[in-house]
Amino acid sequence: MSISQEGIHCNYLNEMDLVWDRPDTFTDTTLHYCPGCGHSVINRLIMESVQELNIEEKTIGVAPVGCSVFAYHYMFIDMQEAAHGRASAVATGIKRILPDRIVFSYQGDGDLAAIGTAETIHTVNRGENILMLFINNGIYGMTGGQMSPTTLKGSITSTSPDGRDYNQHGYPLDITKIIAQMPGSAYVTRQSVDSANAVRKTKKAMMKSLKYQMDGGRGVCFIEIVSNCPSGWKMTPTESNEWLRNEIFNHYELGDIKQLPKLKTNEI
Amino acid sequence: MNKKILMKGNEALAEAAIRAGLKGYFGYPITPQSEILEYLSRHLVGSNRVFLQAESEVAAINMVYGAAGCGERVMTSTSSPGFSLMQEGISYIACAELPCLLVNVVRGGPGLGTIQPSQGDYFQAVKGGGHGDYKLLVYAPNSVQEMADFVYKGFDAADKYRTPVLILTDGALGQMMEPVVFPDYNPDNHYTNHSAWATRGKSKNRDPNVITTLNLEADAMEKTNIHLQAKYKSIMENEVMFETIETEDADFLLIAFGLTSRIAHKALEMARENNIKVGLLRPQTLFPFPTQAIAELAENVQAILTIEMNAGQMVEDVRLAVNGRTPVYFYGRMGGVIPQPNEIYQKIKDVYHSSSKQISE
Amino acid sequence: MTKSSGHIIINIQKCKGCELCIIECPQNGMALSSNINQNGYHYAYLAEDICTGCTNCALICPEAIIKVYRKKKSKILKQPVSTL
Repeated sequence: MSISQEGIHCNYLNEMDLVWDRPDTFTDTTLHYCPGCGHSVINRLIMESVQELNIEEKTIGVAPVGCSVFAYHYMFIDMQEAAHGRASAVATGIKRILPDRIVFSYQGDGDLAAIGTAETIHTVNRGENILMLFINNGIYGMTGGQMSPTTLKGSITSTSPDGRDYNQHGYPLDITKIIAQMPGSAYVTRQSVDSANAVRKTKKAMMKSLKYQMDGGRGVCFIEIVSNCPSGWKMTPTESNEWLRNEIFNHYELGDIKQLPKLKTNEI
Repeated sequence: MNKKILMKGNEALAEAAIRAGLKGYFGYPITPQSEILEYLSRHLVGSNRVFLQAESEVAAINMVYGAAGCGERVMTSTSSPGFSLMQEGISYIACAELPCLLVNVVRGGPGLGTIQPSQGDYFQAVKGGGHGDYKLLVYAPNSVQEMADFVYKGFDAADKYRTPVLILTDGALGQMMEPVVFPDYNPDNHYTNHSAWATRGKSKNRDPNVITTLNLEADAMEKTNIHLQAKYKSIMENEVMFETIETEDADFLLIAFGLTSRIAHKALEMARENNIKVGLLRPQTLFPFPTQAIAELAENVQAILTIEMNAGQMVEDVRLAVNGRTPVYFYGRMGGVIPQPNEIYQKIKDVYHSSSKQISE
Repeated sequence: MTKSSGHIIINIQKCKGCELCIIECPQNGMALSSNINQNGYHYAYLAEDICTGCTNCALICPEAIIKVYRKKKSKILKQPVSTL
């Protein structure tokens, strides 16, 4: 690691504790994400959680098609890369065959809420004991910024050049709320990673979900992370996070939608 | 000697899968294969064995992808429209080199078609079916006994080559009842250790196992393709299976697979009674195709007649094998109609007594 | 020579200059360099000697390239930090 020659230097680092460093489960590979992209943070957070719970030897992740298609380059655990929309079906196959392993899927809004809606709904409906991570940035980032099912009204994308029009394109799909109503979901929450505090909360939700799965919980833990796409939104990273706070969170309100049930000891 | 049991083809196939050490089944109801699903829902029980009815064939094949990626023996079954839905997933499975067993109990198409038996999915099964350059190892049973036998062979070949294997059968073979004898087969003796690549959780002493089909670098993706093609070449060299009936003295050769081979056999007997020396070659594997055997027989016969329950699909592979050595004729019925032995016998007579020019397609 | 209770070390060659850490620093102690790294990005650096080691910059950093140090609570010196 090269050390900055610019700015403040410290000559007594050995008198200090290292209080934060890149987790070992997060590889040294340079991330391919655009500057300021929330995917990078979310990729890291799930690996941080896996490391803190000491479950890297029993965790299997499922990567999606979309911007995080290369998630397995960064996550130092066994992983499968699923076809577009099918991550939850693939995760189902893994979890059913290896029920004592910890399984999570990672999908974007086009993947989970458009092409994979049927798999998403039915995975939740079966109450699979997996963690589903849903990164909602309201756009198809990888393919060049097209409108997604969660794009808000008026948003200009490469396939809604005049802004999303409900008459032509329908309404933003709030799949997380649908999932919260289903008996197969155990824990449903909507978080973000636009600030350090939001990052702490999202990690807490991940830790909680993984622990629940480790304790043999019943049902899907579903974490939506409303995130940014600076490149797709044609904004700077800072602007994109401000846009999240000023516009997007008004529509996709943050917070727990379904609380985790308390496990009875005989269920474990 | 193991006991002879009277069973439906679909059920014999399902029972054989259990005896072959099936760990996970993921499927969706569709006629005429639903008995496989139903049988396994009742009998694939016990610890570490999974039966799951998926929400669609699309989900089912992707569950197979995930489960096969864990290195266990897993399968799915469907019928034609469902097999079409699975093609994307099968392409991924072939590229990711995941061993698994697929079953297509073919019905008449195209479209929703009919639930009557057909061989209309030959091209889809043998030529790849989904996107990209890949092949399935395809077995074509023609009896309830083979519906069972090819399951064991299929799982063993899938493990050996790390490739998806397809049993291409049809509604009639799936529904018919015949005696079947299940061989002695202990799955423990056929266990293949897939831990070198399977995703079962990364142990401390190794790097992560990653199952992916993505390679943005063209050169690297070509390497993947070259590797797959080398595997298919090895399959072509080692796995060809076919049966010949009365070909030794034949001067007229029938070629048929699956259900039509049984009807062709009957027509052969009728022809032999009338002093037409007919032989029959029945491919038991459709990929790899018995190209060499057909080429050799083509040297000694006056003509070849291919019989199929489709518009003429396997006949193209027959013509490639024959390569002009002798005329190749075709007789087929479509849309779920099963040809009668006398229709085929009539066609044999027509062809036999005609000149070398091709009569009808 | 720093006098503050915390310190950060940034792997500047991997910085993409998104500036999220600069916004996030509650002390306003970070800045974007006018220089560029090997990938052509202006990179973030600790400009003011006021770091408290709160980790906010590291948590928001998409590239996960910020190490955060904080003064030991006890005054007894332990062995040097091995990661240096």
